[in-house]
Amino acid sequence: MSSLHVHQLVVSRGDRTVLDDLSFSVAAGEVLHIRGRNGAGKTSLLEVLCGLRTASGGRIEQQPAPSERHWIGHKNGLNPVLSALENLQFWAGLNGVTLRDPRGALASVGLKAQALRPAGTLSTGQKRRAALARLVAAPRPWWFLDEPLAGLDLEGLDVFARLVTAQVSGGGTVIVTSHQPLPGEIPGLRALSLTP
Amino acid sequence: MSAVAAVFARELRIALRRPAEWAQPLVFYGIVALLFPLGIAPRDPALTTFAPAIVWVGALLSALLGVERLFRGDLDDGTLEQMLVSDTPLSFLLAAKLAAQWLLTAAPLVLASPLLGYGLGLETPAVQVLVLSLLLGTPTLVFTGGFAAALTVGAPRAGLLLPILVLPLMTPAVIFGGGAVRAATSGLPSDAPLYFLGALLALSLTLLPVAAAGALRNAID
Repeated sequence: MSSLHVHQLVVSRGDRTVLDDLSFSVAAGEVLHIRGRNGAGKTSLLEVLCGLRTASGGRIEQQPAPSERHWIGHKNGLNPVLSALENLQFWAGLNGVTLRDPRGALASVGLKAQALRPAGTLSTGQKRRAALARLVAAPRPWWFLDEPLAGLDLEGLDVFARLVTAQVSGGGTVIVTSHQPLPGEIPGLRALSLTP
Repeated sequence: MSAVAAVFARELRIALRRPAEWAQPLVFYGIVALLFPLGIAPRDPALTTFAPAIVWVGALLSALLGVERLFRGDLDDGTLEQMLVSDTPLSFLLAAKLAAQWLLTAAPLVLASPLLGYGLGLETPAVQVLVLSLLLGTPTLVFTGGFAAALTVGAPRAGLLLPILVLPLMTPAVIFGGGAVRAATSGLPSDAPLYFLGALLALSLTLLPVAAAGALRNAID
């Protein structure tokens, strides 16, 4: 299993430098919890690591390929007219993945009864769960999660802790931003604090 | 190319749930073309002279109608991010989206155009050229509109900016489209303007998705 190395990364938004000279490494089997104040550049960092944003300096070694990583941003990527199941199937089609059990994946995040309801009618937490269902439906070694806990209830936090634990014990890697501490006893947890 | 098929199928599925979105341009087009004769004197021969312009300007306005919302939803709900991080080039996915948009909003106009052509007093040869010119020209209108929508999606109030931006890009299609029908009405060969429409079509289909992908990437960055 590979690891990701970031060297002297500089990230700007507009004319403002949000991250300056940031270096760190993440190895397989680790959970990197990125912390920092609002505006510290947590989301920007994840976006750079996923290729959504270009860095203005520094380099990233062994960046995972698109088919090896999951990106769940603070937007869920759900069309409000389509059901949770249809959204999941579209995501699979977009990525050329064949899902063996899409309904099972939705059930495992607690959306068994809501699988066929239009995503626009789901609650904030249920939408978040529908996005997290992608992690279950298609196993990939790298997870990049931006504020995944936003809107989740206590049961949802349990589901999240279970997913991350399973991912890490299977040798996968999770890079996650969150304001609240990550729930449960997650093995391999490491924190990275960003100071503006 | 399963990703391209997935995007295309998704657009059709969404449209099926929201019939008003694709019915609106067609109704608008019909109203524009049918109200025009009411505004001028009955049996005025000028109507036939203006017919190509009426049909083509109607097509242009209907193409502009829903285009502003084309990428707004995908940007807001995060689908665009998921498209960007997938391993299929964004331009291919956008081409699929715009092709679906053409099928839903412009193809019905092409099918309805003989009715409008005869209604405005065109003869059969001119109606044939009208249908052919719309078939060649409407994809250019939709792809140009899509490119402009991608450019303006990051702007909070693009309502005015978009038509101003897009009209100069769409005028060649209207000039050659209207020109082809005018030539056919006066019994002249209409090949040359149709070839020009074909050339515009080839350019739009190949270049505009790439330009739109660049614009959307910029909107996210």
